[in-house]
Amino acid sequence: MSWAWFHRFASPPYFYSLTLRLAPWLGWPAGLLIVGGLYGGLVLAPPDYQQSDAFRIVYVHAPAAWVSLMSYSLMAFAAAVGLIWRMKVAHAVAAACAPVGASITAVCLVTGMLWGQPMWGTYWAWDPRLVFELVLLFFFLGYMGLRSAIDDVSRADRASAVLAVVGVVNVPIVHFSVTWWNSLHQAPSVMRMQEAAMPASMLVPLLMSFLGFTLYFYAVMLVRARAEVLRRDRGGSWVRDVLAARGKAA
Amino acid sequence: MTMTPRRRRLYWVLGILAGVALAGTLALQAFRSNVTFFFDPTQVSAGAVKSGQRFRLGGMVEKGSLVRQAGQLEVRFAVTDFKSTVKVRYTGVLPDLFREGAGVVAHGRLNTDGEFIADEVLAKHDEKYMPPEVARSLKKGEPRSGN
Repeated sequence: MSWAWFHRFASPPYFYSLTLRLAPWLGWPAGLLIVGGLYGGLVLAPPDYQQSDAFRIVYVHAPAAWVSLMSYSLMAFAAAVGLIWRMKVAHAVAAACAPVGASITAVCLVTGMLWGQPMWGTYWAWDPRLVFELVLLFFFLGYMGLRSAIDDVSRADRASAVLAVVGVVNVPIVHFSVTWWNSLHQAPSVMRMQEAAMPASMLVPLLMSFLGFTLYFYAVMLVRARAEVLRRDRGGSWVRDVLAARGKAA
Repeated sequence: MTMTPRRRRLYWVLGILAGVALAGTLALQAFRSNVTFFFDPTQVSAGAVKSGQRFRLGGMVEKGSLVRQAGQLEVRFAVTDFKSTVKVRYTGVLPDLFREGAGVVAHGRLNTDGEFIADEVLAKHDEKYMPPEVARSLKKGEPRSGN
């Protein structure tokens, strides 16, 4: 098997031009899917037989929960690739995942709390699902804190990458917490082996929202990763060439 | 086979992962009863909880068991897991989703009569969503007409 494609990713100029072309192809569909999914979920979908309109928070909460786990897994994977292959672009991707993932994890926690007060009867409970999702947020914040505490870029890369890899064990714990232990939080409605536990009129906008949030994450993450690659190679000749070419085009 | 630095780093990362996963598993096993959010009636009947200890009791509100005192906030109901049942007494406002036949988690302690005196009652929701018409026709036993 040829590894040429893999080594090409490791080249900052290639990564720069790839993400420059890719980001709008992710960002625009993300915007359309989120608007469509939220309109379908908040306006068109029927109310739930028990929660009536309060269930509609699921159109933000569940996609945010999914992206929080996916973004951490991607961050840990990129950090491991960066550690093993000493690939700077991979470290830049991991660094770009953290703030986006942390924000979306916070959205997941806050929307869950807003729903919990009227439905469960409390904003917060020390429930395994809630606690481990909060731990996930702390891993994101810890990763960002550790990076910014070390001035030397390659040392910051390696130290924070080890933290990211260690934290990935929390991802399956978050997902399976509701099945492994007695939990206040309900079991998954969509991310499960059987058919989704809702009719198509509710499910279709939810799936649009899932895909929209996912694409949104990748679009923002790639823009951040591109900025990170530029910042790291700011003295490099390829950056000068790229910027000169863009200046001419503008 | 010679060990390239890259292969050595790969084994390092895999070793860290395996070690942390093992440590995590052991820790969660050791704290099993602390991680669990509530005990079910069968565990309570079997004496999983020390007497006088505060804990959470979870299960279904038994159908037909809810009794309200006229003019008071005190309610009595039974929590069941369809094997054992525990009687609960609670004074306060019940959450929106509290209803007979639905999930509930109550925080409190057992009194000497084996009755659970709750100071907090939370409703536990299940993962099923459906429109009100579908729920009504399911209840009547009619065939489900589309979604």
